[in-house]
Amino acid sequence: MSTTTDARREAPAGERIADWADGRLGIYSLAKANMRKIFPDHWSFMLGEICMYSFIIIILTGVYLTLFFHPSMNEVVYDGSYVPLQGMHMSEAFNSTMHISFDVRGGLLIRQIHHWAALVFLAGMFVHMMRVFFTGAFRKPREVNWLFGFLLFVLGMFTGFTGYSLPDDLLSGTGVRFMEGAILSVPVVGTYLSFFLFGGEFPGGDFVARFYSVHILLLPGIMLGLMVAHLILVFYHKHTQFAGPGRTNKNVVGMPLLPVYMAKAGGFFFLVFGVIAVIAAIASINPIWAIGPYRPDQVSTGAQPDWYMGFSEGLIRVMPGWEINLWGHTLVLGVFIPLIIFPSVLAAIAVYPFIESWVTGDKREHHIADRPRNAPTRTAFGVAWITWYMVLLIGGGNDLWATHFHLSINVITWFVRIAFFVAPVLAFIATKRICLGLQRRDAEKVLHGRESGIIKRLPHGEFIEIHEPLDAGARYKLTAHEQYKPAEIGPEVDENGVARKVSRTQKLRAKLSKGYYGEGNQIPKPTAEEYEEITSGHGHH
Amino acid sequence: MKKLSARRRHPLAAVVVLLLALAATGGLYAAFAPAGKAQADETAQSLAIDEGKKLYSVGCASCHGTGGQGTSDGPSLVGVGAAAVDFQVGTGRMPAQQPGAQVPKKKVIYSQSEIDQLAAYVASLGAGPSVPNESQYNPSGADIAKGGELFRTNCAQCHNFTGEGGALTNGKFAPSLEDVDPKHIYEAMQTGPQNMPSFPDTTMPQKQKQDIIAYLHAVNSDQSASPGGLKLGGLGPVSEGLFGWIFGLGALIAVAIWVAAHTAKAKKS
Repeated sequence: MSTTTDARREAPAGERIADWADGRLGIYSLAKANMRKIFPDHWSFMLGEICMYSFIIIILTGVYLTLFFHPSMNEVVYDGSYVPLQGMHMSEAFNSTMHISFDVRGGLLIRQIHHWAALVFLAGMFVHMMRVFFTGAFRKPREVNWLFGFLLFVLGMFTGFTGYSLPDDLLSGTGVRFMEGAILSVPVVGTYLSFFLFGGEFPGGDFVARFYSVHILLLPGIMLGLMVAHLILVFYHKHTQFAGPGRTNKNVVGMPLLPVYMAKAGGFFFLVFGVIAVIAAIASINPIWAIGPYRPDQVSTGAQPDWYMGFSEGLIRVMPGWEINLWGHTLVLGVFIPLIIFPSVLAAIAVYPFIESWVTGDKREHHIADRPRNAPTRTAFGVAWITWYMVLLIGGGNDLWATHFHLSINVITWFVRIAFFVAPVLAFIATKRICLGLQRRDAEKVLHGRESGIIKRLPHGEFIEIHEPLDAGARYKLTAHEQYKPAEIGPEVDENGVARKVSRTQKLRAKLSKGYYGEGNQIPKPTAEEYEEITSGHGHH
Repeated sequence: MKKLSARRRHPLAAVVVLLLALAATGGLYAAFAPAGKAQADETAQSLAIDEGKKLYSVGCASCHGTGGQGTSDGPSLVGVGAAAVDFQVGTGRMPAQQPGAQVPKKKVIYSQSEIDQLAAYVASLGAGPSVPNESQYNPSGADIAKGGELFRTNCAQCHNFTGEGGALTNGKFAPSLEDVDPKHIYEAMQTGPQNMPSFPDTTMPQKQKQDIIAYLHAVNSDQSASPGGLKLGGLGPVSEGLFGWIFGLGALIAVAIWVAAHTAKAKKS
């Protein structure tokens, strides 16, 4: 590459290093292919970055914590600098976490960054997932990447849970006991599973060491692999974009990877790190010194898991304590049913993309992100799911709702029991109505322009409001989405009067399709003819 | 004896016998009763009881009955002891504003001397725990760590790890113990007010109560340190999650919007 330079004069050092690397790694062709890779610009496309950066922060701080943490349940006597625990018996895990918090330089800050970043990571993944959901960015070809992202969220939940359990404090110990109870409720194999996991009776002497390798090795390893795969697929599929003039299903409009996007993304990493570090510096999280070491005979009120496990807490808190006793065996439905619903809540949102693609029967690729209002049934389903999730979160914190809003905990529990079934339905109906209303407003805006708020008095005394027509770009944005036709099964008998076989699934599909795209379930978008007709004449509005 | 036996059927005989019996009982009592107590009746204590009874009739009798026997609106006060009165009235819980699942703490409306008079009156209704003196509840020199262990074993189920309070059934609650007067903590343990079980000296000796008071002072008073920064109410993961969503993710989304809004467009040309 440096053939043009004078043979006597050496190329600059950077160029020589690049040449060296190119000869061995082929970076020039790699850079040529990817340097001009285009990324569309929209704030909601940066939610995934928040997740990635907080994940990196968690790994960095986690490595620091492993240098001082002892994953052991050997009993020791605390003699560190926190007075209210001096002389207490505790596990080495708790003792070393106390040591990190009070006697390791920067230890408490790193611990708090680690934990806050974990909360933000999970919250970021939740919002990122919802962004992808509501814009329909999960459609072909991105279904696999949707599943990768979903798996990352679920694995993140369990990585968080195992990490939360490691300090062996009274709060997390109660959480582990909760989990043990859930495992025990599994019919037939529950006891065996529990003994296998804990190496004997709860709590035993093994679980911290076992959770430790799961927390720092197994789960983050899988997550790192999945995240890389997730990113490779984003690169391969290219990013979705919102509709707009010049943006089609076949192009991507935005900024090149180098230098613009790289600079923004790199800078954003430091901003994320900065925000999380500031939060960790000002707000306490998991103050294990106040919580105390775990002892199976102690428990505190307000024992909740971190927020991402809160919905499972809600399930168990509102479930009536049913049980069946048969032949000397107890089936603890009060725990087992929540354990079954727990994965179902998550699965409901994970499988939705496949249901939608089955209903639409659409096998084409989609690279233009939907506006949520233009897919009312999908949006309504998403909001219903979030409502469901939130209802369970209320159930998980029912005691704090009771004390802070001066309510009866029993009333809240009953509210959650009823809302578990009713609230998603109400949310679905309300959201769909709102979406349709917004579609009508869009149609109105396209055809009649934006209400300007200026009132004009006509010579004969009539008052009218002036509507400003939208420019072509805005009109395009509001009408770029395509609208499906509901699937028809066709006549049930053919022309000879012979009954045609229509399978039940076909009928169901047709019915669902009607619910999605049938009359009253989407507002026909304005056509060019309609627009011509209204704008050509003298008709004002 | 003949005279006596002749008059034993006299209409007034029964009255005379009764009078004699009463005189004998009274005389014997006067002879054997502890002299100190009999004298004290005439002094400050009985005066306090009298004053307390007056206060009681005005502020308490409508629910607890004119003689402290209790009504459908309030429990009997016989045997609750002076400590219970000192706690309930001294923290403003009594007199109650309205009936409900639990009577909350509010502004104290009686002076300490009035509370003492009320306590003296209620104590006179039946024996109960007396108001502790300072040497009993003073936490100086107590074992904070031991107190923490005792607190987590006996109190945290309802009052939370560091006494931030918690919910009980049907609108009842365990109140926050932040900055509660050591005397009142002691009395509450001693008497078990409202929905709280009592921890008399037989189950929890004075030393252990002092340890608990010392622990609460160390972790939940205006002098306790929060090494990690803002305590966020000390309520655990729920408030942390809320904070993480609003200020953590909220700030990051705001930053993302800011970054996305400042793009490398050639604005001026």
